Amino acid sequence: MCEACPIIDWAEALPTVRSFTARMVSESTTDFIVWYDRYEPEQKPLVGGKNASLGEMMRAEMPVPPGFALTTEACALIWHDADLVDDVNGLLRQLDHGDYAQNVDVSNRIRGRIESFPVPEAVVDALGAAYEGLCSHCEFEDLPVAVRSSATAEDLPDASFAGQQDTFLWIRGLPPVIEHTRRCWSSLFTDRAIAYRHQMGYLNRGIGMSVGVQKMVDPIASGVAFTLNPTNGDRSQVAIDASWGLGEAVVSGEVTPDNFLVDKVLHEVVKREISTKHVEYRLTGAGAVEKVEIEAGRQNQASVTDAELIAVAQLARRAEKHYGCPQDVEWAIDRHLPDGGNVLMLQSRPETVWSQKQTQPLKRGGTDPMASIVSTLVSPLHKKSDT
Amino acid sequence: MATNRFESPFEVDGPQGVDGWEELYPPSSSFGEARRQYEDDRFWFWDSMHWGHALTPWDAYFFEVALASLSQMNSRHYRIPPADGVDFRVLYGYAYLSPVGVDPSKIGDRVPQFMERAGFYFGNWNDLYDRWLDKVKDTIARIEALDFSPLPEMEDLEVVTGGVGLGSGFELLKSYHQFRDLVLEAWNYHFEFLNLGYAAYLDFFGFCKEAFPSIPDLGIAKMVAGVEVDLFRPNEELKVLARKAIDLGIARAFDDPENVSLGGDAGAAWQAAWDAVENPWFNFTSGNGFYHFDKIWKEERSIPYGFIRDYIAKIEAGEDITRPIEAITAERDRIVSEYRDLLGSDEDREAFDSKLGLARVVFPYVENHNFYIEHWAMSVVWRKVRDLGATLAKDGLLANDDDLLFVRPDEVDQILWDYYANWAVNSPTVSAAHWGPIVEKRRAIHAKLSGWQPPKALGEPPEVITEPFTIMLWGITSESVASWLGTGSDGDGITGMAASPGVAEGTARLVFSPEEVGDLEEGEILVAPITAPSWAPVFPKIRACVTDIGGMMSHAAIVCREYGVPAVTGTGFGTNTIKTGDRIRVDGSGGTVTILD
Repeated sequence: MCEACPIIDWAEALPTVRSFTARMVSESTTDFIVWYDRYEPEQKPLVGGKNASLGEMMRAEMPVPPGFALTTEACALIWHDADLVDDVNGLLRQLDHGDYAQNVDVSNRIRGRIESFPVPEAVVDALGAAYEGLCSHCEFEDLPVAVRSSATAEDLPDASFAGQQDTFLWIRGLPPVIEHTRRCWSSLFTDRAIAYRHQMGYLNRGIGMSVGVQKMVDPIASGVAFTLNPTNGDRSQVAIDASWGLGEAVVSGEVTPDNFLVDKVLHEVVKREISTKHVEYRLTGAGAVEKVEIEAGRQNQASVTDAELIAVAQLARRAEKHYGCPQDVEWAIDRHLPDGGNVLMLQSRPETVWSQKQTQPLKRGGTDPMASIVSTLVSPLHKKSDT
Repeated sequence: MATNRFESPFEVDGPQGVDGWEELYPPSSSFGEARRQYEDDRFWFWDSMHWGHALTPWDAYFFEVALASLSQMNSRHYRIPPADGVDFRVLYGYAYLSPVGVDPSKIGDRVPQFMERAGFYFGNWNDLYDRWLDKVKDTIARIEALDFSPLPEMEDLEVVTGGVGLGSGFELLKSYHQFRDLVLEAWNYHFEFLNLGYAAYLDFFGFCKEAFPSIPDLGIAKMVAGVEVDLFRPNEELKVLARKAIDLGIARAFDDPENVSLGGDAGAAWQAAWDAVENPWFNFTSGNGFYHFDKIWKEERSIPYGFIRDYIAKIEAGEDITRPIEAITAERDRIVSEYRDLLGSDEDREAFDSKLGLARVVFPYVENHNFYIEHWAMSVVWRKVRDLGATLAKDGLLANDDDLLFVRPDEVDQILWDYYANWAVNSPTVSAAHWGPIVEKRRAIHAKLSGWQPPKALGEPPEVITEPFTIMLWGITSESVASWLGTGSDGDGITGMAASPGVAEGTARLVFSPEEVGDLEEGEILVAPITAPSWAPVFPKIRACVTDIGGMMSHAAIVCREYGVPAVTGTGFGTNTIKTGDRIRVDGSGGTVTILD
C-alpha cells in the first residue's frame, strides 16, 4: 500500500475538464473533435502532446497525413460513472509499487475494466462522423488509419508521457476505430505509466487522454529531401531523392532513386537525374508490404512531377524555417489524397553534416562598398552558371 | 578539329567581289599594317549582340561613337582598375571588339583614383541621375531642333532687317557639325553611369555566388530588377490605348493595322490619347537603335497598331493584360527575404543589405538608359539623317534619299560644302556626278557583305576571360569561347544562359529582323540572334525564346523574365542549328535547348 501516491480523485478532476471545455470549444471544433488542419495552440490541453505536434506541423504548412484528435473531454465522460471510478481507485489503492508483478496485474485489471466499459454514445457519434468525413475526404471506404494515444496533464503540458501510451496501425472501419480508441484511453494505466507517475510524484488530477486518428500513408512515390545542396552546402537548394512506392526500396539499396535539385527560392527544378527503377514496395489491402516488379513503361519515368517536387521543396523549406536549422525530411505522395493535397511530410530531423560546419563570414562580404567593388573588379569572376 | 586560337584578322577570307570595302569605314576602325603586331596579338570577338548586320558607313559611325564613349569612361574618367577601353574594328563590314586590360603592375595605382572618382558617383547617385535626365533630355531637344531642310531661294527679310549677317547655308553647315557633336554627347552620357552601375551589380552578384554557389543568375537579377521601368512604358501605353479603343467603340478600326482610319469624335479622342504619349514613349525602335533600317513606332504606325490589335483581341477574350505590379513587387520582396533568411550570419545579412541597396540605387539607370539613348535619342538621330538625305536628294546632290547612308559622315562635309558654295554662287554642283558612282559601288559591296557569315572571333583568346564588362555586357565567358573553338564539352546540345526559368516545347520560328517579328504565330518559340525591347508585345504569345548572344542583363533575358517566358540566351549557335518548323524543347532553368524532331 502506497501512502504517498496520490489517488485519482475524479470528482475533483471533472470540473477542471469542464472548464477547459467551456473555454476551448470554438466554431471550428465540433464536440470532442479537433481536425489537425484547424488546430489552434490553445487547444493543446484538449488534444495532448502528440496530437498538438501534428496540429502544429499543419499550422506551419507542413502537411502531415490528414486526421483528427478525439479530445480529452471524450475520455473524461467515462469518469461520470461512479462504479468505474471506485473500481479504478480501489485497484490503485491496494497497489504496492515495489512489486513489479502486482504492478502488471493491477494495470491489466484496470485496463480490462476500461476496455469493457461501453463507449458513451455521444463519443460514438462524434467518432463516427469524423471517421466518415476522413474516409470521404480521401475518397476511400473504411480508410486505414493509425489510432494513437495522446496524453495530457494539466500541470505538465509538455510531459506527454512519451512512448508510454499505445499506437495502433492499419485500423480499418468504425467499430475497430472505436475499439482501439478505448484501448488508447486505457493506456493511461499501462504499468509503466502508473509507475512513472508514482516515481515522479505527479498528481493524477487533470491527467487526460486524447486520441489521434490519422490516415495511413499509401505512397505512389516517396523519398527524402535535404534542405541544402549536399555537394556544395548551398542552402538555396533542396536535394530530393525519389522512387516509386514506399521508401524501403531506396533504404535497402535495391533501387537507385531519381535525384533532383530544386531551387528553394525560385521554386524551379534546376537539375534532374532519372534512374532506372526496377522494383517498388507497395501496400497490400491488408496493410502488409509487398515487393513488386515495376512495369517497363514506368521504370525510366520520373517518379515525381515537377509540381510535386516543388511542393516537396516548399514543405522541406517550411520545416527548416520552423525548426530553425537545415532539415532531413521524409516525404510521400499519397495515392488517395487529391492532387495539390497529396504531398505529405512523414518526418523531419536536423541535417547533421553541413550543419556542423563552422560558418565563416563570406569573403565578398563586408560593408565597405568601394573596397568590395574594387576587389570584385580585380578578382576573376566566372559568370556562366555551373549547374 | 579543335585548335586553341582563332584565325588572324589578317587571314580572314572575306566575301568575293568586295574590293574597296575598306572605304566605307575610316582608317582608325580598320585592321592594317600600321598596328599589325598589336592587332594580331589580341583577341577580337564579333559583337553580334549589338551589331549583327553588315554596317553602312553611318551605322559604323555610331558604333565607333558608342565604343569610344564606353572606353573613355573606363580609362580616363573613373580609372576602372583592371579595365581600359574596348578597342573596336570593322572587318568586312562587321563590328569586332577587343577589351583592353590594364598592365597588372599599374592596377594598384588606379585603385585610389577609382575609389575617389567612382565613390563620388556612388555617393551622389540619385542627384547625379536627376541631372543626367535633364542633360539627356536637353541633348535630345537640341538634336530635334536641328534644321536640315533645303536651302531657300532667298533669305527671310528678317535675316536682313535683324542685322543677322549669317544665312541658311552657314546654319546648315553648323547644324551638321553640331549634329555630329550632339551624337557624341548623347553617347558620352550613355556611358556616364553604365559601367559603374554594372560594377555595383557585379559586386552584389559575386557576393550572392559565394553565399549560394548554385544560385541561378536570374535569381540575382530578380532581386535587383526594378518593377516600374521606363523601358516597359511604351508597351504599357499600347495596352492603355487598346483599352481606350474598346471603350470608345472603335476597336474594329485596328483589325487591319496597315489600314487604320480614325474618324469622328471617337477617332479624334483616341488620336488625342495617342498624341499625349507619343513623345517620348513611341520614339521606340523595333530594333536596337543601332541601324538605319530600325523602324520607329511613331513613324511606322502599323507596328504599334498591330500590337494594339493583338491587345484588343486579348481584352475582348476576357484576358487581364495589365501588369500585376503589386504581385511582381511582392514576388521580388519574397525572393529577397528568402535569400536573406538563408544567409549564415547577421554579418552576412548586413553585407547583403548594403550591396543589394547599392545595386538597387544604380539599377534604374542601367535599366532606363536604354530607353533614353538607344530608343529616344537614336530615333531622333536617324530621323535627322533621313531628313538630310532627303534634302540632298531633293536638291540633286545625291540621286536617292538613302544614298547618304553610303557616304561617310566625314565625307558629307564635302557634299555640304558643294551644296552651300554653289547655292551661294548660284552655280552647278558636282556631288551627284562625283558621289553617284561611289555610292552605287558601295551599295553593291554592302549587299555582298550582308550575305557573308563573319567569324565569331579572331586571334588569340586569353586563358580565362576575366574582364568584368565583357562577361557582364556580352555574356562572353571562357566557356563560350571554348565552344566557338569547338573545344566545348557539349558536342551535340545547344547550351546557353539560363535566362528565364521554365521548360517549354513547341515549334521554332527563326526571326532575323524586326520585319519578321510579325510572322510569329501564337505558341511558337522565338529563335533569334538577339531580341529588342520593342518586341515585348509578342512575348505574351510565344512559348519560349532562344538567342545566339546576350548576357544576363540582355534585353531578351529581361523581357522574358518579365513575361514569364522560358528563355535560353547566349547559345552562340542557336540560329545556325535550329530551323523554322523544328520542334524544340527550351529549358530556361537549365540553359539547354534540344531539337526534338
